[in-house]
Amino acid sequence: MTRAIEFSASLRLRHPELSEEENERLYGPAARQHGHNYRLEVSVRGEPDPVTGMIMDLRELKAVLEREVMARFDHRDLNRDTPFFDKEPPTPENLARVIRELLVRALPPGRLDRIRLRQDPGLWVDVVEPPERP
Amino acid sequence: MSAVSVTRRYGFPAAHVLRSPALADEENRRIFGKCANPAGHGHDYALEVRIGGEVDPRTGHLLPPRELDRAVREEVLDRFGWRLLNLDPAFAHEVPTTENLARLAARLLAPRLERAGVRLLGIRIEETGRNAFAWGEIDG
Repeated sequence: MTRAIEFSASLRLRHPELSEEENERLYGPAARQHGHNYRLEVSVRGEPDPVTGMIMDLRELKAVLEREVMARFDHRDLNRDTPFFDKEPPTPENLARVIRELLVRALPPGRLDRIRLRQDPGLWVDVVEPPERP
Repeated sequence: MSAVSVTRRYGFPAAHVLRSPALADEENRRIFGKCANPAGHGHDYALEVRIGGEVDPRTGHLLPPRELDRAVREEVLDRFGWRLLNLDPAFAHEVPTTENLARLAARLLAPRLERAGVRLLGIRIEETGRNAFAWGEIDG
C-alpha cells in the first residue's frame, strides 16, 4: 500500500567541513539557498488483517506522515529549522535517510517497504527495505 | 540494510528508421509497419538512469548529480540526441529499436559509472509517453 504526500522546503547544500569555494565547486547552484516541491511516496507491506482486509489503517499512516514529515519539513528551511543537517548537507539521499529513520521508528515493526523521495520531476531517491526473513 | 538508489530523468530528441538491412523492403514493412518508413521518423525520448551504491559521507550523494549529468551527457545525450540513430556506428548492423538503444546506453554508461564509484542499476527509455523499454533493475 502506498501513500503520497507533498511538502515544500528550502535548503542549501553546504558541507560544514568545506570552504565556501569548495561547496560552490561541489554543489554548484545548489550551494545557494533554494527550494523544492518534494513528493514522498511511502509503501508499507504486510498481510491484510482477516477482519478489516487492510495491511494497516490508512488513517494511521496518514497521521504518522503528518506528524513525522509534514510537521517537521513542510514550509521549513531544512538547514535552519530542523536538527538533522548540522553535520551533513540535506542532499536528497540524506533527507531520504532521515525520513526513513523517522518512519521506521513511528510505524509498526516490519511494515515499511520502501520510500521514494522525489526532489523534482528529474530526480528521485528510493530507499528499499530488505525482504523479510522467513 | 536498506538499499539506496538514485534515479535521474533526461530527455533527448532523435530520429530512427526501424529497418534491418538483412531483410527485403517488403519484409521490413511487414515486421516494423509504419516505423519502417525509409525517410525516418522521430521521438522525444525520455531517459531514466538508476544508480546504486553507498552514500559518500564527503558529499552526501551517491554521486553528485552534476557528475552523473556529465557522464550521461557525454556518453548518451550528445551522442544520440538531435541525430538519426541509424547513422551511429553501433547501429551499422543492428536495428535502432529502443530495446537496443537501452542496452547500448547501459553498455556505454556502466563502465564510466563504475569508475566514478557507483553501480548502474537500470536504464529506462520512453519512446513516447505510451511505451517504454527497460534494462536492468528499474520499474518497467
